[in-house]
Amino acid sequence: MTAAPVVNEDRHASYTDAHIKGILRGVKTIAMVGASTNWNRPSYFAMKYLQDKGYRVFPVNPGAAGQTVLGEKIFASLRDIPEKIDMVDVFRAAEHVPPIAADAVAIGAKVLWMQLGVRNDTAAETAEKAGLTVIMNRCPKIEYGRLSGELGWHGFNSGVITSKRRKI
Amino acid sequence: MTRNSRYGFETLSIHAGAGPDPATGARSTPIYQTTAFVFDDADHAASLFNLQTFGYIYGRLTNPTTAVLEERIASLEGGRGATCTASGHSAQMLAFFPLLQPGDEFISSRRLYGGSITQFTRTFKKFGWSGLLVDTDEPDNVRRAINPKTKAIFCESLANPGGVISDIEVLAKIAHEHGLPLIVDNTMATPYLCRPIEWGADLVIHSTTKFLSGHGNAMGGAVVDSGTFDWGQGDKFPSLSKPEPAYHGLTFTETFGDLAYTIYGHAVGLRDLGPTMAPMNAYLTIMGCETLALRMQRHIENAQAVAEYLSRHPQVAWVSYAGLKGNKYHALAQKYLPKGAGSVFTIGIKGGYDAGVKVVESVDLFSHLANIGDTRSLIIHPASTTHRQLSVEQATAAGAGPDVLRLSIGLESIDDILRDLDQALGQAARLAA
Repeated sequence: MTAAPVVNEDRHASYTDAHIKGILRGVKTIAMVGASTNWNRPSYFAMKYLQDKGYRVFPVNPGAAGQTVLGEKIFASLRDIPEKIDMVDVFRAAEHVPPIAADAVAIGAKVLWMQLGVRNDTAAETAEKAGLTVIMNRCPKIEYGRLSGELGWHGFNSGVITSKRRKI
Repeated sequence: MTRNSRYGFETLSIHAGAGPDPATGARSTPIYQTTAFVFDDADHAASLFNLQTFGYIYGRLTNPTTAVLEERIASLEGGRGATCTASGHSAQMLAFFPLLQPGDEFISSRRLYGGSITQFTRTFKKFGWSGLLVDTDEPDNVRRAINPKTKAIFCESLANPGGVISDIEVLAKIAHEHGLPLIVDNTMATPYLCRPIEWGADLVIHSTTKFLSGHGNAMGGAVVDSGTFDWGQGDKFPSLSKPEPAYHGLTFTETFGDLAYTIYGHAVGLRDLGPTMAPMNAYLTIMGCETLALRMQRHIENAQAVAEYLSRHPQVAWVSYAGLKGNKYHALAQKYLPKGAGSVFTIGIKGGYDAGVKVVESVDLFSHLANIGDTRSLIIHPASTTHRQLSVEQATAAGAGPDVLRLSIGLESIDDILRDLDQALGQAARLAA
């Protein structure tokens, strides 16, 4: 008897550490859709952290286009960014993601990343069909912190076991 | 999300949270005996104070040695994160702190460590928190007690001192039907014997002073968050779901997602209440965790042997150990603690209060003291010590009536343990004769 094929397998329920690490190591430029100029918003936290880790972050927010946040000019849309974008990080509610996914495909991004609490399977399918890698319901800041050991500084379960000395 | 699923319990007990020290390569976890940590520059300091980046500020909030223990315990319990505290009692305070406002209530099993009953029903009242004690063996008692002010349900997986086992899965179901978290004190079972989060618990707390440190040398507590409870529902938990004035209006659930509860525990709980675990105690507890599985195996093996021996002893009226066939909680023990029913239990001595006092004064190998979960075997007469703040009725309800002795069976040679108990029981018998 052969095993029944797995149907409705949820590829986005969990991601391997190696997969996330590969993305965070591979990308250099990140467009952050829904970036806020308010220093106490989650997107501001994430942008500041990612800048500290050496990523160039391009903020996107039509309501604040032309303003500056953390030294970067805010763009009205992904299509307005003059530089090549590796990853699109979405700080918008799930229902707003499909047009953002379409734009991410149009500008040739390699990764579409939806923030913690954000999941849109239709948008994910659009992006994946165009060859993009999709991550949903995760925060790149938290994942970076988890995989680099920083999250453990605050008592979190990183899931990482190693006898190798980490780089500082 | 399944965490650490590739590794076994023993591996996690030794390795979780503790890679080689990044600065020196030291393989054993260094004791970071420092109060504070330097900032790279003013902007780095601002980012840390704003909770915008990860890092150390001040020892009251976080410490690298303590963080290893926090990750270790979170990992062993299958949780998202943990906050360590100065004691098990302060772990209880920290566990409730994000959940309760003045006027709020929680429902607790009435079968608890006596000190917890006092904390819940008397001291917490000064914060405007009410702990309502019910007999959770009958789940309808819990359902009936829930009202709009109720914010949590609390029980001990294996209750101290009576060898009582809570039906965690049933209590979790009731809690979740009402949008409440279930908090389980897993001190007496340890994650080696029982992992409450796998049965639906949302928060797990420990007195790490007991089996996790295991050697009777380090005070401590821990609060573990499963990371799966929705703190944002219905504005029931405003500390987590509403803007926090002390952090410029930051909302913990929105900014930190499933890290919110544990970050709140450090950034507000430890910051403002201050019951921080000492780094030296964290180190000793890390050492204890490394041998947890081995120690627990011997603890339960010895405890089972002692319980069986005493159940046949002429001076002993009854033995309340769920590992014994015929015990009221034996079926629950087989479900929740299949490896063994722990090593702390109570017995009833013939001759009542005076006989109980005589036994604790006559033991020579057992130590007469107010602790459990040590390598050494321990004994106490709760009615004259841990439970003496309670009324006779309360103490009896908590399993600590006048004839009750609590034993914590250690790791000594089993023949020596049995011989010491036998001679002490003999002296009590001569007193009565």
